[in-house]
Amino acid sequence: MRIHMRTVGALTGALALSLVTGCAQGGTAGSDGKTVTYWLWDASQQPAYQACAKGFEKENPGLKVKITQLGWGDYWTKLTASFIAGTEPDVFTDHIQKFGQFADLNVLEPLDDLDIDDSAYQTGLAANWKGQDGHQYGTPKDWDTVALFYNRKLTDAAGLTGDQLNSLSWNPKDGGTFEKAIAHLTVDKNGKRGDEQGFDKDNVKVYGLATGGAGDGDGQTTWSPFAASAGWNYTDKARWGTKYQYDSETFQSVIDWYFGLAKKGYLAPFTDYTDGANPANAQLASGKAAASFDGAWMISTYYGTKGLDVGTAPTPTGPTGKRATMMNGLADSVTKNAPNKEGAKKWVRYLASDECQKTVGGYGIVFPATPDGTKAAVAAYKKKGIDVSAFTEPVTDKKNSATFSFPVTDYAADVYALMRPAMQDVFANDAPVSGLDSTNDQINLILGQ
Amino acid sequence: MTVASTSPPLRRPRGDGALAALFVAPAMLGFLVFLLWPTLRGVYLSFTRFNLLTPAEWVGLDNYVRMVNDPIFWDSLTVTVEYVAINIGVQTVSALAIAVLLQRLTQSAVLRGIVLTPYLMSNVVAGIVWLWILDTQLGIGNEIIAGLGFDRIPFLADETWAIPTIALINVWRHVGYTALLLFAGLQAIPNDMYEAAKVDGASEWRMFWRITMPLLRPILAVVLIMTVIGSFQVFDTVAVTTAGGPANATNVLQYYIYGSAFGRFQFGYASAMSVALLVVLSAITFLQYRLTRAGHTDLG
Repeated sequence: MRIHMRTVGALTGALALSLVTGCAQGGTAGSDGKTVTYWLWDASQQPAYQACAKGFEKENPGLKVKITQLGWGDYWTKLTASFIAGTEPDVFTDHIQKFGQFADLNVLEPLDDLDIDDSAYQTGLAANWKGQDGHQYGTPKDWDTVALFYNRKLTDAAGLTGDQLNSLSWNPKDGGTFEKAIAHLTVDKNGKRGDEQGFDKDNVKVYGLATGGAGDGDGQTTWSPFAASAGWNYTDKARWGTKYQYDSETFQSVIDWYFGLAKKGYLAPFTDYTDGANPANAQLASGKAAASFDGAWMISTYYGTKGLDVGTAPTPTGPTGKRATMMNGLADSVTKNAPNKEGAKKWVRYLASDECQKTVGGYGIVFPATPDGTKAAVAAYKKKGIDVSAFTEPVTDKKNSATFSFPVTDYAADVYALMRPAMQDVFANDAPVSGLDSTNDQINLILGQ
Repeated sequence: MTVASTSPPLRRPRGDGALAALFVAPAMLGFLVFLLWPTLRGVYLSFTRFNLLTPAEWVGLDNYVRMVNDPIFWDSLTVTVEYVAINIGVQTVSALAIAVLLQRLTQSAVLRGIVLTPYLMSNVVAGIVWLWILDTQLGIGNEIIAGLGFDRIPFLADETWAIPTIALINVWRHVGYTALLLFAGLQAIPNDMYEAAKVDGASEWRMFWRITMPLLRPILAVVLIMTVIGSFQVFDTVAVTTAGGPANATNVLQYYIYGSAFGRFQFGYASAMSVALLVVLSAITFLQYRLTRAGHTDLG
């Protein structure tokens, strides 16, 4: 049925929600002081946190944790609606991309009294969740980095060894050994490789590199490993910057080179990427691409794909002499109007503890934020026969790698809304990168309000 | 004849007004709560800065000034008009053709049922299914195109193709329903007119233009008004197939309004754009009504 968003449909919804606000207080599950409600989006993590909840309930007799899992898309819609309706969970899994907005909307409870020790977690994870007001709004939960997944059958056929793929480097001028490698992995329909004479770039059968879309404003699994290893940063400050730098020459030259790979036929074009239907891992699974950049949260998906023999390599070394990857971390946040705030804080403290994080690590699905939790996860992955060093090295080997975090600023939703079409315009429509100057101006104008 | 059968004395129906009000009340309540009040509040909010969680702040005409100066708003209006033109153009012509064929060639209820089938599917499901079928690399539609030796077509990922594709997906879903409405209109045309025309030796083609079209006009006009309004409100198909991309190529007005409100929490600005859409739709409906003389019939 057609969703009849009447002219005022959006506002009808808003009204209905605001009508509910008044009468929903105290009607939620946690208000009895015995239940703590907890939301997360990743179904594969639910058993791990269920195990944590058991440990918590043993330590805190009388308290019960009720975990609700919602898919990523519904999760944020429902969470936002719950803030308005006053039916929010006590505790929820928070993403850095949304943190700026939630801080703006003032819906999070400061967690300073939990005395979170930054040094108990992998570097930078706790600091990401400090608001501009200096308060802590989330406790570190896990982290992820980005690496290159590749189809071993195709790299073997191309004569590329794991060692070679582990030591790739790149530069925006000629692309370095990285571009050579993905050119060599590219095969046209006549069987000619991308670096051979007579290669037909308009009729490619297997692309060297899968496309993950235009990357919006963060390029987490697309252009960010390159931009960062060229020495570029999203904003003028690591956290709560006031100016974005999409107008930088370095950034624009990297973007030009990166999306230029598609023009050469080595990177799958924008039109091959579909969020719902054909993400990067599907391109690898279907044999349409030989390699793809993707995040640690996708490890189980890649290794669990039937008939796909996967290997991983760290991101290539850039002009700065270092590899770079985004290191993003999730956190647990308590809502400002949590019905059971006391219980919520206890649960969050437990979630952030080594005990719970080691339990979660043992499931081998995610890297917990504490070093011991991470160790447990590495061991669990190893048990499954998966080598995750391409993801952990950037965190441990500071000499050869650099990590950076997701840009945390005000007006995150506006930055996304402006950058998404702008980057698509560059990738899909071949618009000049210099056009990003005006987008950057618009963004900085909003930030300067 | 008995006394009891005496007709009651003529009285003024004093109690009827209250009773009528009682019957109308539920509908009236719904109208007030779900239509009138939200509309008024929407108009009010369009003069404010409002993020849902903190009180609205009066900003006068700021949102309207911003709207007039917002290139994305004008772009999304253009995209919407392009969508409506393709959607309504193709849909009305095909629906009319189907309706006439149904009326003149067959009386089969099964066939009528089949024509209506796509309408039974949810728009979101239809959107997702077509997204899969039309995917450039993996979609079966593109596999067939490639199998026939043609180049793959990025139906939903290319700025030139995306709007026509979405418009046609919705034609596919709605054409049967529209055809059925027109078919009902055709049933109202007396058959003896066609018989008389046949006796005079008129061809089917001539009968269509001289009998069917003029007599169908009032129904066609109403159907057009309804479908144009619905078409301007396209949202779900865009949301599940392209999310406004690539590069705003399918950023139709409703999607832009939705993103501004529920993505960026700019409910004031979103309300201003909604008011603009209301004005545009009212103007178009009024014009259509006048131009097609929808209130008059030539039959009779």
